[in-house]
Amino acid sequence: MKYSYFPGCSLERNASAYHVSAMAIAEPLGMEFIEVDDWNCCGATEYISLNLTASYALIARNLAQASKETSTKQLVAPCSACYLNLKKCDAYMKESPSLEEKINTALAAGGLSYKGGTLKVRHLLDVVVNDIGYDAIAAKVTKPLKGLRVAPYYGCMIVRPKLGENGTFDNPEYPTTLDKLLKVLGATVIDFPLKAHCCGGHMTQISESTGFELIRRLIKGATDYKADLIVTLCPMCQLNLDAFQGAMNSHFNTSYHMPVLYFTQMIGLAFGMDAASLGIGTELVDARAALAKIGVEVPEAELVVKKPPKEALPMPSMPEEK
Amino acid sequence: MSTVSVSLTQEGSRKKSFLEEVIEHTPGDCRLSSCIQCGTCGGSCPSGQDMDHTPRAIFAMISAGLKKDVLKSNTPWFCVSCYYCMVRCPQSVHITDIMYTLKRLAIQEKMYDDSKAPDFSKTFIEWVENYGRAFELGLMSMHMIKHNPFGVFKMAGMGMGMISKGRMAFTPTRIKGMDSLKAILNKAKELEAMA
Repeated sequence: MKYSYFPGCSLERNASAYHVSAMAIAEPLGMEFIEVDDWNCCGATEYISLNLTASYALIARNLAQASKETSTKQLVAPCSACYLNLKKCDAYMKESPSLEEKINTALAAGGLSYKGGTLKVRHLLDVVVNDIGYDAIAAKVTKPLKGLRVAPYYGCMIVRPKLGENGTFDNPEYPTTLDKLLKVLGATVIDFPLKAHCCGGHMTQISESTGFELIRRLIKGATDYKADLIVTLCPMCQLNLDAFQGAMNSHFNTSYHMPVLYFTQMIGLAFGMDAASLGIGTELVDARAALAKIGVEVPEAELVVKKPPKEALPMPSMPEEK
Repeated sequence: MSTVSVSLTQEGSRKKSFLEEVIEHTPGDCRLSSCIQCGTCGGSCPSGQDMDHTPRAIFAMISAGLKKDVLKSNTPWFCVSCYYCMVRCPQSVHITDIMYTLKRLAIQEKMYDDSKAPDFSKTFIEWVENYGRAFELGLMSMHMIKHNPFGVFKMAGMGMGMISKGRMAFTPTRIKGMDSLKAILNKAKELEAMA
């Protein structure tokens, strides 16, 4: 099946492992992704706090760009924040003719237009479990994740709020699609009570104590349930739980060690793909011990530092290493 | 006889109440006037303990016209956009959307004293408005220099980890259609100012 694909800023760099693994499983699952031409940032949760019309216009430029693609009207986003922003903008433009008119007046200044409801905005997990389906996925499993205890973690924006006529593709309080998917892959899935709780979003930058507390609850929860790792579907959740886990540990004087991987990486592993080709090894909380339980070896991550382009701003750079 | 100030100035033209103002600045049908003060929102809030007023109290204050107290409150700035309150609200009030509206109004009216959260949003968006994409290293370093200079040492380990794993770009990416995006955003800001 063909889909327009909106990677979002995180997947360009900090969550490139998510992008790489999504691309790796696309072919065996029969998904064809066409990247939205010259897409821009969705504004995350920041622009809407500053300027309503501009924030919706910023999102709508992406919808307008994606709607130019004639071969599909399905727009897939792997990032939960991008997914919700795109979906919300589409839904509110459809619901409110005055907002739609205002946004189109802005878009017209850039030679673009968008009609609410033209595209169907989907999260990558929704497409994988509902379009491809559990049976088709099960048929491709060659290396079941047997013996691995995983905590399925959904976070917020993939399941909440309910928008439009169809609401959400999974339950907003007790979602189960990722649980089922991981079971199909052969993992032992814990009934994680915090699976739809919040990772804190940008709070580590606004109020450390608030942000770290939300991270602590999730990491502690998964640890108490003796999970080997947390499986996520959002780059913001992964960043908070993985990259900020060390800072959270220092803040509370704890020593949690809970690796956090993407569901696309778990699918790839169960399909027998090589760990490095799925971006495994780029997480800050080492997943090697956990993955050794299922016989997966993770090579030492190579230092990848790209040289800045000539026209770039002067920024400090790291020496290239082998 | 002393004069009593009445909000009705002329027939048909009445000064907008704060409640109406909030509703008007929120996209879609936000249903704020349907709030029944049950408190489900506050009970569902993961960061409620850090707020100076619960969301329920904020909604009562909006209805009472306590504009200054509402816009000075830290409540919307501690909203983490988890949307739990919104799916649990028995009246389907678009609570998270209203929190965003309160942030915008607080910035517009220059009411909120702690600039840390508004500055984070502004710095984030400055990169987006000039390059079309977010730029994490630029955002984090600029934000920390301004608001948390000593945090640089605390976060150094994380930053170096991200860099050594190739997860932090040193330069922002600029989209091709930057001129078109700028024209769109300028027009949108013009329309917003007229609202």
